[in-house]
Formats: sequence, structure tokens, C-alpha cells
Amino acid sequence: MASMDTEQAEKILGQFEAARASLIPILQEIQATYYYLPQTVLRRVSQKLDVPLGEVYHAATFYNCFSLEPVGSHLVQVCLGTACHVRGGPRVLDRILRDLKLPEPGTTRDFSFTVRTVRCIGCCGLAPVVRVDNRIHHHLTQAKVGGMLKLYRPKLAADQEQITANETEDAQATLSAGTE
Amino acid sequence: MPKLHSVQELNELRTACLAAADSSRPCLTVCAGSGCTAAGANEVLEALRRGLEKRGLEDKVTVKSTGCHGFCEKGPLMIVWPEGVFYNRVAPADAAVLIASVSNGRRPVERLLYKDPVSGKTVLREDEVPFYARQQRVLFGNNGRIDPKQIEDYLRVGGYAALAKVVSGLTPEEVIGSVQRSGLRGRGGAGFPTGTKWEAMHRQTANQKYIICNADEGDPGAFMDRSLLEGNPHSVLEGMIIGAHALGASEGYIYVRAEYPLAVQHLRVALHQAEEYGLLGDNILDSGLSFRIKLVQGAGAFVCGEETALIASIEGRVGEPHPRPPYPVQKGLWGKPTVINNVKTWASVPQIINRGAEWYASIGTERSKGTMVFSLVGKINNTGLVEVPMGVTLRQMIYEIGGGIPKGKQLKAVQIGGPSGGCIPASLLDLPIDYEELTKAGSMMGSGGMVVMDEDTCMVDIARYFMEFLEDESCGKCFPCREGTQRLRAILTRICQGKGTEEDLPLLEEMSWMMKETSLCGLGQTAANPVQTTLRYFRDEYLAHIREKRCPAKVCRELIVYSIEPTACDGCQACVRVCATEAILGEKKKVHRIETAKCIKCGACLEVCQPKAVLVSSGASLCPS
Repeated sequence: MASMDTEQAEKILGQFEAARASLIPILQEIQATYYYLPQTVLRRVSQKLDVPLGEVYHAATFYNCFSLEPVGSHLVQVCLGTACHVRGGPRVLDRILRDLKLPEPGTTRDFSFTVRTVRCIGCCGLAPVVRVDNRIHHHLTQAKVGGMLKLYRPKLAADQEQITANETEDAQATLSAGTE
Repeated sequence: MPKLHSVQELNELRTACLAAADSSRPCLTVCAGSGCTAAGANEVLEALRRGLEKRGLEDKVTVKSTGCHGFCEKGPLMIVWPEGVFYNRVAPADAAVLIASVSNGRRPVERLLYKDPVSGKTVLREDEVPFYARQQRVLFGNNGRIDPKQIEDYLRVGGYAALAKVVSGLTPEEVIGSVQRSGLRGRGGAGFPTGTKWEAMHRQTANQKYIICNADEGDPGAFMDRSLLEGNPHSVLEGMIIGAHALGASEGYIYVRAEYPLAVQHLRVALHQAEEYGLLGDNILDSGLSFRIKLVQGAGAFVCGEETALIASIEGRVGEPHPRPPYPVQKGLWGKPTVINNVKTWASVPQIINRGAEWYASIGTERSKGTMVFSLVGKINNTGLVEVPMGVTLRQMIYEIGGGIPKGKQLKAVQIGGPSGGCIPASLLDLPIDYEELTKAGSMMGSGGMVVMDEDTCMVDIARYFMEFLEDESCGKCFPCREGTQRLRAILTRICQGKGTEEDLPLLEEMSWMMKETSLCGLGQTAANPVQTTLRYFRDEYLAHIREKRCPAKVCRELIVYSIEPTACDGCQACVRVCATEAILGEKKKVHRIETAKCIKCGACLEVCQPKAVLVSSGASLCPS
């Protein structure tokens, strides 16, 4: 596992000029590859770019798109931009947290979900919106949250068939709900 | 792609592109901006392509994905050319009937046409839709016509003609003079005259100069820059290349939010195409101008929209601002003179060159020229992007273009300019929108976010919301902003919880003033605007929270109570099923009841109750503090 870690990171480091200006693009690539910034990799970045580890850490904690914690299988980004705020975004967030039994945004125990809040993904016309991985769910209400999450919940093999059937239904419900 | 070596070769290419396009051939253009994509535009495109293939029509009918048309509320949007028939809320299942309509007889599909909710009339063409009728789409006009991933489409609508004009014989001084005479002001927020900035850059004698396109559109509730980059990226590149010529820059940067993946993708494609054609690179069109553009993705920090922070971020440091002067024009990226302009500012430049400074200056008000793009969102019927001449009134924006407030509710306020802006009350509806008028009203133009709020929006909660945002986004470098946002947020939270005192109000005012006067950068200097404007226009709401422990909009959770009106409840159990805490008791066909102790006031029951039996009330008698 550890060797895997550095292998990919070395590949990323090799793609950039070893200069300070590459720091943020490199961290972005690492984030995109590992979905977080592993400590061992950050140490390697510091070495390679000759930027003190403290400053690497400063950048890693300053920008919102970086995470020092591993994320779950599905990333749920709840938009709390102004348009989503006035159209009920905070209530959708509360419902998602409650359904996933999370006291606050973070990662579920089984690592199946990570919930984060974002400030505006620019889909204000469709507020309130939630992005799960790369898919945007829009015009959400609390009543639609359960169906949305179900699309991504881990499946037990025995239930697979049943769930697939439900999933199609849910997906259709979510899609048609958006166009009412 | 052959490299273009002269203006003549560019003109020949344009002629060839125009000849290759058969204007009588039906073309189905589907909006594939972020909004319509989220609403299913790609599925619609796929269904149309498959349908045409099945019928063997792929050579007779063109399908094209375009950038954002602006009317996000009604997406996915589609236009059938050459007639210009406008369809809204198109679904993949509609593909067959749409193809049939286009291929035989061309009778429009009635049920997919836009129906104006006010007049009840069905509308055939986009420009007849009231949402568009009052707009003047100078920057966004081509978004619905061109495929942003095809430079040939941009050439067909006259793209890079301004660049050709400039390199054919306009001196840098002439270009700067045009920009000055046009009256163009920075579209990023503060409205600094672009020509003045360019003139200052021109006077710098450094051997290396840079220009930057600020596409770090961080204001929540604003997405105009994104839509322009997604829908017409070449217009921004063309503006920057002209800028490079005028300002003597050999290198440019586009700093774009990573949260906008589609914009990043389209920019990459556009940069690649421009390089292939030699519109970027060495000796562009044999003019002697050499210019390259690099794309830098932001990493999610609101403060990076501030120019000195943005520069720090490109240099690989954390995005912390530094005091000005020196201004970036004197000492910017890597210590060299740098001009930073917003996406829309750059995109305005080719228009000014093509159509003349006098034409541009004829649009707008005395001191605010040209058009401005707003994202009209929130509690409004027609959400979307709106491009209007400067000086239209808020009333025109909200009622004529926006179609009014949903569900017959009352307009309360319009929040303009993002977290740095302010809330303008409904009583100022006839305010003409330009830089000066908005500043006088305590708000600012900002980048053009316009969030409409109705009677169900609590203004104290909104002030708290913005302060929470700014507390998160304050970089923490200077004390007034770091501590000020924290303290203001804490006081506002207390008021929202019904724990505020009347002494809190002068304290809020004093701290707001202090932040404005002493913060290091624009973020801190304007951070208190939402607090100051809500205090100025909605003081009674603050007082209701403090004196009566009452939230007039019934939003603040600590001050509201949910109950069920027995005479209205039909016992359908919809609320029982949706309640997260089993706080609602009641059997089928019997009147339900909410157990207040268990109720978490999430409002889910209110959302689902058909007979509107769920009541929300607020007041001291209900919520002793």
C-alpha cells in the first residue's frame, strides 16, 4: 500500500517543474488522484520542490479543495451558496446528515460517504442542488433526500436485484422531480 | 489545422467556414451549460443523435451543443434553426417527436414551446419570450448559436475580426484610447475604469509584462463568468490577445475556479485551437506580436478573487493579499507590471474594437457604460442569466425579465454584489442599476450576483449567513477582518437565537465601521456591507428578534414552533412518513398532532402537506428565551 502511494505521487511530481509555482497544481493532482493529501506524499512534495513542510501544510490547509483526511466512496457536496440558502439548502444538508447519521459534515464510519458543504457550484437556477461525485441533483427537497442517497448506498449481494429495480425507479423519480 | 500567417489567411478561413455551413439545413442546438447539463441536456443530445441515425437523417439535420442561453429555470433548452423555434424543458423522450417535426413539414411541437405564465400565450421564438425581450445581449448573444468547442463556429459569427483589425494597423495607443473612450469599467466588482488601468500599464517600462484574466468567480449566487467561459471562451481569448498587443505583454494567465470543470475543459480546447491556428504563440498573424496564455486552476479560496491574493496564488503561495500600493500595474506577478481584468471585461474588448468606442459609450448611463450581466436567482420565477444595459431599474429586472416572485409572495429585498454587496429593500425598486446608484444605496455592483428574497426570507439570518461565509473565507492575515467577521457572526447568531440585546445593534454598527476603515483588502473592507444594509433597511426585523423573540419571516429555528391546524388536516399521513424524529402522531384519516418536544423544526412536514395544515408561528409567548 505504502509503495503504491509514493509511486503515483512520484509520477505526478515528475510531470511538473520542481519550482514553487508548481506547488498548488501538484497538490491538486494529488488530491484528484488520492482524494486527499496523504502525509507521506506531502513530505515528498516538500523535499522535491524545496519548500518547507510547514509552508506545504499552510497551502494544504488554506485552500478549500484540499483535504488531509481520506474521503469515502461517494463525495456528497451540498451547495450552500446564497441561492441555495434562500431556497432551503441548509434543510437539505440537515436531512442528509441525519440520514447518514453524521453529527456534522464528514465521513461516515463505513467510508461509504463523505459529506462536504460548498459555496456555490454555479447551478443557482436549479437551487437547491447537491453534487454527488459528478452528478448534480437539483430542485431538492427533504423528501427527495432518501431516494437520492439510496442511489449510492453500498449494496448487499442478496439484495442486488431488488435494489437495481428500485434504483431505476428512484432515478426516474429524481429526474422527473427536477422537471416539474 | 493550418497555421494562419496573415490577416488575409484568417479572412479566407472565415469565408471557407461560412461556405461550409449550409444555412438552410435544419440545426438543433441544445444548451449544454452547467445548468442544462444538470437538468439532462446530454441525455437529450444523445437521444437526438440516436434518433437521427435510426432514421438515416444524420446528414440532413445537424445537432449541436452550445453554451448557456441563460434561462436556466426552463432547461434543458433547445432552438431549431434556421427558424429559431424555442423549446424548453426538453426530455430525451421528446427526441422522436422533435425529429419528426423538423424532418416533415416543420410544424413546431406545441407542448414544448414556452408558455408565458403572465399572458398565457405560447411563444414561438426565443426573442419573443419576455425573459429575453428586454435584454441586450452584447456579450452573451452568441452563446446559443455556437459550439464553444469549435473555433470555426466562432469565426463564422465574426470572431477574431477585432484582432485582425488591431494587428492590421491599430497602435497600442489607439487601442487604449478606444477602451478609454468607451467608458468600460472593470466588471469584477469595483468598477475601476479599464482604460485608466491600461494607460497606467502602458507607461511602465519593464521588459516583461503580464496580463491576467480573473475568472475566480467566488461570489455565491453568481455564475456569469462561468457561463461565458463555457459558452464562448474564444471571445475572452480574443480580448486578451488584443490586450497583449495594447499592453506589451508576452504572457497571460487565466485563473479559473476548479469548481467549474466544464469551463476549464472548454478553455483548454479553445486554447489548443487558438495555438494550432497561430492565434496564440509567436508572431501572431505575422504582426510581430508573440503571446501565450497559461491556465491556472484555483484551489477554492474566495479571497483569491482579490488581485494581490490571486497573484500570490499563481506564484504558488497561499492566497493572502498584500497592501496596495504598489498596485499590480506597478509590481504584480513575479514583481512585474501586471494588468488583471475580469472575464467580462476582456470579452467586452473585441466588441469595442469591432463596433467602436462611441457605440459602446452610447449604451448605459452617464458614468456606467455598456451592458452588465446579472445572475438573477433566489425567489424569482425566471432564474437565469440576464444581460441588460446599465441603468435599467430593479423593477424592470424583477417583474419584466424575472417574471415576479413565485407563489404570489411579496418581494422583500434584493441582494446585489455577493458577500461584499448589500440588501436593497423593495421600497427602492425604481433604483436604476449602475455603479454609483448601488454604492449610494449601500450596496455595490460586485460581479453581478442578484439574489431575490421574498417575505419568507429573514434578513437577520441572511446577514448571519454572509458573515459565516466571510468568516470562513477571511484569510486571517489582518486583525480587523479575522476578528471582525468572527465577532459579527457571533452577535448575529445570538440575535437569531433570540438572545440578542438592544446594545448589540450599535456594537454591530461600530464594528462594521471599524472593519471598513481598517481592513487590509477589499474582502474585509466590504465584509460588513450585508450587516450595514440590513440594519439600515430592516432594523425592525432585528428589533423583533431582540424585543419580541420573534422572527417575522419564521426562519430562525430557535424562535419558531410547528403545529397542525386541526380543521385543515385531512389525516393523509404524508407528514408522519417524512418526519425524521417521529414527532408527528396520528392515524390515517385522523387529525395529526406535532409533539413540540421532539420536533427539530426541519420543515419537512411543511414541504409535503397538501392541504397546508402545517402552521409555523413565532413570538415571545411561544418561545420563552
